[in-house]
Amino acid sequence: MTKTENNRAWFLVLPVFALVAFSAIVPLMTVVNYSVQDIFGPDNRVFVGAEWYREILQDDRLRRALLRQFVFSLAVLVIEIPLGIAVALSMPRRGRWASLILVVLALPLLIPWNVVGTIWQIFGRADIGLGGVLVTALGIDYNYAANPFDAWATVLVMDVWHWTSLVALLCFSGLKAIPDAYYQAARIDGASNWAVFRYVQLPKLGNVLLIAVLLRFMDSFMIYSEPFVLTGGGPGNSTTFLSQTLARLAVGQFDLGPAAAFSLIYFLIILLFCWLFYTTMMQLGRGQQQ
Amino acid sequence: MARIELSRLAHSYRDRPSGESDYALKPTDHVWEDGVAYAILGPSGCGKTTLLNIMSGLLRPTAGKVLFDGRNVTELPTEERNIAQVFQFPVVYDTMTVFDNLAFPLRNRKIPETEIRGRVAEIARILDLASCLEQRAGALASDARQKISLGRGLVRTDVSAILFDEPLTVIDPHLKNSLRRKLEEVHRESRLTLIYVTHDQTEALTFADRVVVMHGGEIVQVDTPQALFERPAHTFVGHFVGSPGMNFVECGVDGDSAIFDGHRVRLAADTPMDAGSTGASLELGVRPEFLELVFDRPEHGVPAKITRVDDLGSSKIVTTAVGENTLKVRLAEEAHLSDAACWLVFPPEHSLLYRGSRLCRNPASDRP
Repeated sequence: MTKTENNRAWFLVLPVFALVAFSAIVPLMTVVNYSVQDIFGPDNRVFVGAEWYREILQDDRLRRALLRQFVFSLAVLVIEIPLGIAVALSMPRRGRWASLILVVLALPLLIPWNVVGTIWQIFGRADIGLGGVLVTALGIDYNYAANPFDAWATVLVMDVWHWTSLVALLCFSGLKAIPDAYYQAARIDGASNWAVFRYVQLPKLGNVLLIAVLLRFMDSFMIYSEPFVLTGGGPGNSTTFLSQTLARLAVGQFDLGPAAAFSLIYFLIILLFCWLFYTTMMQLGRGQQQ
Repeated sequence: MARIELSRLAHSYRDRPSGESDYALKPTDHVWEDGVAYAILGPSGCGKTTLLNIMSGLLRPTAGKVLFDGRNVTELPTEERNIAQVFQFPVVYDTMTVFDNLAFPLRNRKIPETEIRGRVAEIARILDLASCLEQRAGALASDARQKISLGRGLVRTDVSAILFDEPLTVIDPHLKNSLRRKLEEVHRESRLTLIYVTHDQTEALTFADRVVVMHGGEIVQVDTPQALFERPAHTFVGHFVGSPGMNFVECGVDGDSAIFDGHRVRLAADTPMDAGSTGASLELGVRPEFLELVFDRPEHGVPAKITRVDDLGSSKIVTTAVGENTLKVRLAEEAHLSDAACWLVFPPEHSLLYRGSRLCRNPASDRP
């Protein structure tokens, strides 16, 4: 029997291609289009090449926002990943309590971003907010609207409150998937709790931790609503992260060219870091997959 | 090394067990002698794993005691019991090397590193793992992983016994034999108490000095493979051990003979004379291997009709009917079957009487 060569199967990919084109490729290309032109009006545009990119990369305000963004995302990962693991480890594996705790943990995840910001804005106020009053009562001079450190701390604590549950839930599902025999064998081998964590639980959590790190990195790197509502980026520019800087640039000043160039750089950074996390963590877990 | 004694040991997975059927393990007394290779044989769900987990301390029994050399260890956690257990599915620490896996139980017990190196090298040699000691354990195939699991049990020198919970289930058939021989070799060299759980009778009979047959949460017989075959203590053992299982027919008793379907069959000499005096149901049991099938009328025989012949290649299984009863006979492959009508001869020494499913015999006539 001879095989007939034809490439008609490619037509089957068309619907997906059309969908992705509308949802991603066309908007992205529009941004690319803006980023290389100076647009004065609908019929008045000039091709400027890489000028906007050069301008953006030398913009001090953006550099500082980028640095702030990295510090923030790093802090989020450093706090939320270990904390999430710890919470998952201390949860009961089954029974009525387990279900109850799962529901309570999931609550923050169900609250819309800007509502979270509003909640913390009120919660942190030193005059009427429960949190603010408590901290002040401890003798700490706390005011997130005036003190950059307090503002940072509040934004971080808010993010930890909002998203640690996600890490904990992911880890919990990962822990539940470990067969009992592993724990039994570890007990037979006389392993300490730390050894059980280090050699049984942590290796088995590898895959869910990868997902947790990716999700938390991407989300925290794109954070907008919560600090916008809570601090409005202040005091000064101390909690103005990348997305807010971008929004000011694009919607506030209407500098579409630089904003488009900046958007693309922003997108590439996230892509690059996700790829880095993915490859390194897959490399670490290589032995288990074979 | 120790003698492990179970005293009125029982376990139920329910919080408040009410009836006997709530117990996965019914009250059991048993002694595991030091240095003997045991097999626990029984179908799935008969309480084998429960018994094992209680001995290793992974499970706390509902009632009864576990004694190691007379010391009550029932309340002691696994870590303080000096017992090793190997599970059905391989458990290895994926991120460690094979060497570290084998060394892990020793390191946890703070044994000096030089001694560990010697021990691990020896076990690796026995289990053919020496060539991959530096590899990551997670990258190995499942039989090598199970060898590591076995190795972690064998590497310890302080163990009272090693418990194996169907450890060869996931192993390829051709590797099963070699691994089982390794275990036998280890047992011969170390004289450790080995307790090996399986539902595979071939595995149990070839591996063990003594086989413990369990059924419905109870130990029904503890004996050598030969005795299990020749003198099953319970009809379950008769059915479960041997292929095809033992023949059982309902019968009555008259003096030294069983009466079934109007025929007299002489019973084994150690059957008590008053066996029929209680109301319990009586059964005559005889192995297909011991029944004789003849076509000329013998002196003491039971007329039967051949209803089916299964040729197994090395032997024939002949199914015969005596009235309503069915009896199987194992014949040599070359046996010639001339007629459907035949006679069955019951050898008296192998014709056993069961009362209420249990073998009836005089206690005085036990094997020496």
